[in-house]
Amino acid sequence: MAAALGTGGRGQEAGQEKQAMQHKDPIAPERAEELKLKAKYPNLAQKPGGSDFLMKRLQKGYFDSGDYNMAKAKMKNKQLPSAGPDKNLVTGDHIPTPQDLPQRKSSLVTSKLAGTHGQV
Amino acid sequence: MAGVAGGGGVGGSNDFQWCFSQVKGAIDEDVAEADIISTVEFNYSGDLLATGDKGGRVVIFQREQESKSRPYSRGEYNVYSTFQSHEPEFDYLKSLEIEEKINKIRWLPQQNAAHFLLSTNDKTIKLWKISERDKRAEGYNLKDEDGRLRDPFRITALRVPILKPMDLMVEASPRRIFANAHTYHINSISVNSDHETYLSADDLRINLWHLEITDRSFNIVDIKPANMEELTEVITAAEFHPHHCNVFVYSSSKGTIRLCDMRSSALCDRHSKFFEEPEDPSSRSFFSEIISSISDVKFSHSGRYMMTRDYLSVKVWDLNMENRPVETYQVHEYLRSKLCSLYENDCIFDKFECCWNGSDSAIMTGSYNNFFRMFDRNTRRDVTLEASRESSKPRAVLKPRKVCTGGKRKKDEISVDSLDFNKKILHTAWHPMENIIAVAATNNLYIFQDKIN
Repeated sequence: MAAALGTGGRGQEAGQEKQAMQHKDPIAPERAEELKLKAKYPNLAQKPGGSDFLMKRLQKGYFDSGDYNMAKAKMKNKQLPSAGPDKNLVTGDHIPTPQDLPQRKSSLVTSKLAGTHGQV
Repeated sequence: MAGVAGGGGVGGSNDFQWCFSQVKGAIDEDVAEADIISTVEFNYSGDLLATGDKGGRVVIFQREQESKSRPYSRGEYNVYSTFQSHEPEFDYLKSLEIEEKINKIRWLPQQNAAHFLLSTNDKTIKLWKISERDKRAEGYNLKDEDGRLRDPFRITALRVPILKPMDLMVEASPRRIFANAHTYHINSISVNSDHETYLSADDLRINLWHLEITDRSFNIVDIKPANMEELTEVITAAEFHPHHCNVFVYSSSKGTIRLCDMRSSALCDRHSKFFEEPEDPSSRSFFSEIISSISDVKFSHSGRYMMTRDYLSVKVWDLNMENRPVETYQVHEYLRSKLCSLYENDCIFDKFECCWNGSDSAIMTGSYNNFFRMFDRNTRRDVTLEASRESSKPRAVLKPRKVCTGGKRKKDEISVDSLDFNKKILHTAWHPMENIIAVAATNNLYIFQDKIN
């Protein structure tokens, strides 16, 4: 179905033929898409529903808690500012207590669905 | 009377049309991840509407009583209660993050003045009690009005505290925490018709719980293979039958549904019924299995049918016929020729939900570009509507939308290539009795109602 069309006059005929075939066979678009994908990623695994795919779905881990905290810190920059005062000033002066540590912002911020801004 | 479409109605009323009612949430272009709505659910009476979001928060809206001064406008939904249901956690043993995102909320039938709901993230289910307090006791003997303890030796007389009215306060408290029963991510919870038990399903297992007991749960389905390399299929959704407390179904990533009967054996690994539509082997492609994966399964209110949602269609099954669905509705067939790019941007893995109306005569599901689709099962009419701020004027009638697939694009149509695949409507809910629908569009919640002429 993805075969190269001939040139000139023959090209037009083949184009019409291709259209006619697509009308008859509704799966053609799916196969065409598959060929597109295989052309882009020749190393793609043959069975998409196979165990590799599912295993990837089931496991999304970090190396350890340090890795996790680093990833969270990176994401934090993109998100809402925390509702409370900035508590990042705890360095070297004294031993930090749990209250001094910055908290996760989502616990402190009420959902915007419950606010009045933008509501109708 | 529940019908479907705009522009020439169904169900006996020629003037049936959907109108904008309310929208909740911020208008900002920049949407914080935590604000993305992840579940929407009406309670049994439809007076309460709960939403859960990726930030682990639950917001409950309550329908106001209809006012005599505005007889043509139905009661509006306003905030009733909001609370933080789940917090993010880190599993130190496996070095895995446990997201606080609320995957599902399910209401319990109301048995007294308080309301109860189950909310779950990937690992932990919580039973929340939402109760009202509108009275306060005054005149305690042992403490002052401001709470300070009185010196017991100075008390010379006893008085009986009296109850005084106060401003309504709605409190949410976690009554049960059902934890540590799931190795994999919970995708579904379903309350049983016996009102005592419920099931929770993850990718490979389904557990049965008693609402009163948190330290024990029974495993009723386990599809984990002895060798994980042999894994080919996962559980995608599960639900109890609405009337038969011994029956439940679960769907799979391979497009099959299994119905199980808990009376036949303690472990329901062997199904009682197996629903699968035969596939033409010559039409198989790389995408076939992925797009056949069922993202949602819902029993009809009658209990006679069930509906499944896969990537491109919604199917209605008669429980008495296992070899094929009785009805199939195309949601966005035009995406079949876009599967390559949808695979590349991961949209092909989006999990759309579906829902029935109260009388089971119509079904609804979401699509992209903030479009959602409704199908009338009796007239076979279908309509595409859009949840957008542009059509958010009070009681504005929603205009049907059309996606153009061919060459010539008519005015008001939108071409497939112009669709915004970031605007997905995954979660929708239909009021159990009336024509009121709630549609979650990323971080906004839209409420639409029918217009009575």
